[in-house]
Amino acid sequence: MAKSNFTRRGVLKTGAVAGAGVALPTIFTASSASAYVNEPTGSSVTLGFNVPQTGPYADEGADELRAYMLAVEHLNGEGDGGMLNTFSSKALKGNGILGKKVEYVTGDTQTKPDAARASARSMIEKDGAVMITGGSSSGVAVAVQALCQEAGVIFMAGLTHSNDTTGKDKKANGFRHFFNSYMTGAALAPILANEYGTDRKAYHLTADYNWGYTTEEAVRTSTEAMGWETVAAVKTPLAQTDFSSYVAPVLSSGADVLVLNHYGGNMVNSLTSAVQFGLRASEANGKQFQIVVPLYSRLMAQGAGKNVAGIYGTTGWHWSLENRFGERYTGSNAFVQSFGQKYGFPPSQAAHTVYCQTLLYADACERAGTFNPCGVVEALEDFEFDGLGSGPTLYRGSDHQCFKDALVVKGKENPDSEFDLLEIVDVTPREALVYDPAIFGGELGSCNPGA
Amino acid sequence: MLGLNKKDASLLLMVAALVAFAPILLNPFPEASALAQFNAGYPDLMQRFVIFGIFAVGFNILFGLTGYLSFGHAAFLGAGSYAGVWMMKLLTVNVIPAILISTVVAGLFSILIGFISLRRSGIYFSILTLAFAQMSFALAASVLTPITGGETGLNLALDDPRILEGGNTTGNIPAPNFFGLEMGDSLQLNVAGWLWTFNVGYYLAGVVLIIAFYTAIRIFRSPFGLMLRAIKSNQHRLGFTGLNTRPYMLACFVISGMYAGLAGGLMVAMDPLAGAERMQWTASGEVVLMTILGGIGTLIGPVLGAGLIKYFENIFSKINSNLLHEWFAFLPDGLEDFVVTIIYPFVGKGWHLTLGLMFMGVIIFLPGGLVELGQRIRRVFSKKDANQHTKPAE
Repeated sequence: MAKSNFTRRGVLKTGAVAGAGVALPTIFTASSASAYVNEPTGSSVTLGFNVPQTGPYADEGADELRAYMLAVEHLNGEGDGGMLNTFSSKALKGNGILGKKVEYVTGDTQTKPDAARASARSMIEKDGAVMITGGSSSGVAVAVQALCQEAGVIFMAGLTHSNDTTGKDKKANGFRHFFNSYMTGAALAPILANEYGTDRKAYHLTADYNWGYTTEEAVRTSTEAMGWETVAAVKTPLAQTDFSSYVAPVLSSGADVLVLNHYGGNMVNSLTSAVQFGLRASEANGKQFQIVVPLYSRLMAQGAGKNVAGIYGTTGWHWSLENRFGERYTGSNAFVQSFGQKYGFPPSQAAHTVYCQTLLYADACERAGTFNPCGVVEALEDFEFDGLGSGPTLYRGSDHQCFKDALVVKGKENPDSEFDLLEIVDVTPREALVYDPAIFGGELGSCNPGA
Repeated sequence: MLGLNKKDASLLLMVAALVAFAPILLNPFPEASALAQFNAGYPDLMQRFVIFGIFAVGFNILFGLTGYLSFGHAAFLGAGSYAGVWMMKLLTVNVIPAILISTVVAGLFSILIGFISLRRSGIYFSILTLAFAQMSFALAASVLTPITGGETGLNLALDDPRILEGGNTTGNIPAPNFFGLEMGDSLQLNVAGWLWTFNVGYYLAGVVLIIAFYTAIRIFRSPFGLMLRAIKSNQHRLGFTGLNTRPYMLACFVISGMYAGLAGGLMVAMDPLAGAERMQWTASGEVVLMTILGGIGTLIGPVLGAGLIKYFENIFSKINSNLLHEWFAFLPDGLEDFVVTIIYPFVGKGWHLTLGLMFMGVIIFLPGGLVELGQRIRRVFSKKDANQHTKPAE
C-alpha cells in the first residue's frame, strides 16, 4: 500500500523536521522557564488538600478539610485570624503568602495509596499546586510523601501516626507535625504503670498494617520495660468489622489487659465488642480486667459512645487543653474559638494538626522569601516555635518530625456532650518523648525542587 | 496494511491519531477559562487513559471473545506492578526491564490461576477468579509484606541495589526513564491561551497501546480468534466434535493476563509505587465496567470505556462545593444554594453516583455500549446507511 521514494529533497526535509522535533524540548520545557516546579507567577498560589472523603477515615478527612479552609481564610486575612495571633513567628501578615492570595484544590485519597497518588499528581500537574498536604493514614502519607519528593513539591503530612513516615520512609520534602507510635508508647507507659501496676499481662490485637505494627511494637517495648508481660499479639485484617472471634479467646489467655492497636472504624468495632463481652467487668489474675487504646481521637470516641468510659489512650491534641493546663498551650483556645464560630463544634486533633501544618508552611515560605521547596525545607528544619496550641515545639532537622507534648487521655465516665468524651489525664513533656532518629533507619536524601 | 483489511487499518490509524493528538484534543478549553476544570490533557490522566485502555483491551480478548467473565483480572495487574517495581529496585530505573518482566510474571501467574479456574465455566469461573484475586490481595496486604510492602505499598528507596546503575549516586532516587528520557519530562506549548503538555511517559505508554491494540486486532481476526468465538457460542458442541477447547481457553486467558501485567508494568513505569489495593475486587470490577460501558467484544469499545471511567474518577471527583458556588454565582442567592444542593451529590465524592446512573442508562438503552451509540449517531447522519436498514414498523 505505502510507496515511498527516497529523494535527496525528501530526506533533507524529514531530517530538518526531525531535528527541530528533537531540539524543541530543550527550548520549551518547563524547567528552563522557572527555578522549581509550579513556581507561582500570578497573584495567587495554589495549595493541594488531599484528604479521604470516602472510606473508613472519611470523618477525619471532612474535619481536616474544614480546618484547611479555616487556615486559608486566616492566611488571606479573613475571619478572626485564629492562631496567627498567637503564633510565635510573626512573619505572616494576613495578606496571603509572600503577598500572593492563597487558593486551594481538594482531592479524595479514598484512604488508598494509589488513589491518593493519582489525586496528588493531578494537583501538581493540572492545578499547579506548590504544596500537597493531608492524608489520614500512614500508608497514604508515606506514598504521597514519596511522590512529592519525586515531583519536587513540599508535603506537609496530616494525620499519620506510624513511625515510618518520619522513620524508615522519611523524605527531605516531607514534614510531620503529628506525633508517632514511639511517642505514644513513651507517654502511655508511665501512666499505665501508675494506674494498673507493673505486673500486668497484656494481650494485643493489632491492625494488620504498617501503623498497627509500629504501634504494637512501641507499646510492647515501653510496657515491657516497666515490667509488663506480653501474652500474645494477634493481627486482625484491616477490613474486619466483626471482632468477636478475636475478642473471645482473650479472657482465657491468662492476660489481664487488652491493648487494641486499632484506629478509626476498626477501633470502634473492636472496643464495642470487647465491652459487650464483659471484659471490663471481669477479673483475671485477681485483678480488674482493663482495656487500653494507644491512639485515641474524639471522632472515634464519638463512634464508640459510652464504651470508651474509663479507657486510657493518647492523643495529639484536645480542644480542652488550654482550659485545663493554661498558658503553656496558648493558641489552643484561639483555634477552638474560630473553628467553633465557623462550624458550630470543636475541632478534632486531625483538624488541629493540618491547620498547624498549613500555617507552618506559609510561615516557612515567608521566612525563606520563596516557595522554592529547598528554601522551605531550610526554613523548617530545626525551627523552634510556640503558640500553635501544643506548647513549645521543635521541627527536628534530622528526620522532619515535630517534637511537642503528648496527651494521655481517658474516656469520660459522665460526658456532658457528644464532643466532651475524653478527659486529659496528663501531659507528657516533649523532653520525655525524644528519641535518636537513627533507630528507625531510612535516609532523608536531599531536597528536590523538581526542575 | 500490516496484514489488516481496510476497515481495521483505518481503525488502527484512528487510534494512533487519537493517541498522538490527545494532549491537544483533551484540552479543549483555554487555560485561564472557568471550563479549564474539565480539561483532561495533563500527563497523569492521559497516562491512565492509555494504560487502562491496554488493560481493558486485554480483558476484552477474554471476555469479548470467549464470554468467560473473569472477576479477578486485577490480580495480574497487581502482580505485574510488583514485578515491575522490583526490577526497578534491583536492576535499573530504566523502564524497559520493568515492563518486560511485569508482562512475563503476569503471564506465569495467569497460567497458574487459569489452569485451575478454567476447569469450570460461567458463574463458577467468575467466582474462582474472584476468589484467587481476593486471595492475592489479602496475601499482598499482609503475609507477603516483605515482598509487597503491605498496606504502605512497594516503593523505591535510596539504598536499593540497582545493579546495572551501580547503586545510589545522588541524594535522590533517580526517576524512571527510557534510556535517559525521564517519564515525567514534558514539553509544554502555550498557544494563544491553550496549554498543551506533551509528556514522555504518556507517549511511551501510547506507543505500547498502539502495539497492544494492533495485536488485539490480529487476534480478533485470526483462526485462533474464530475458535474463541466458537467457544463463546457453544462450548459443548465444540467438545462433541472432538475438539479440546481447554488449550485455547488457557492461551486466551494467559494472553489476557499478560495484557493486564503489561498495564501494571506501565503503571509503575509512570509512577513507581505498587499498592495491594490494585488487586482488590473493586479494581477487577472496574475493568468489567470499562468493557461493558465501551462495548463488549468490540475493538475500540474498551479503550473508550476506560477513558470515560478514568475521566469521571479524576475530573468529576475534583469538583467541590466551592467551585459549584463559583459557577452558579450569577444566580440569586437562594436559587444558587438550591442548585448547588441539587448538583452537589452527583459530583465530588459523589462521582460514583453519576457513574452508576450513566452505567444503568447504557445498559438499558445501549446494550452495545458507547460503540453502539457511535453507530446510531452515524446511522442518523449517513443517509446511505439509513436506506439500507429497514425502518421498524410503527
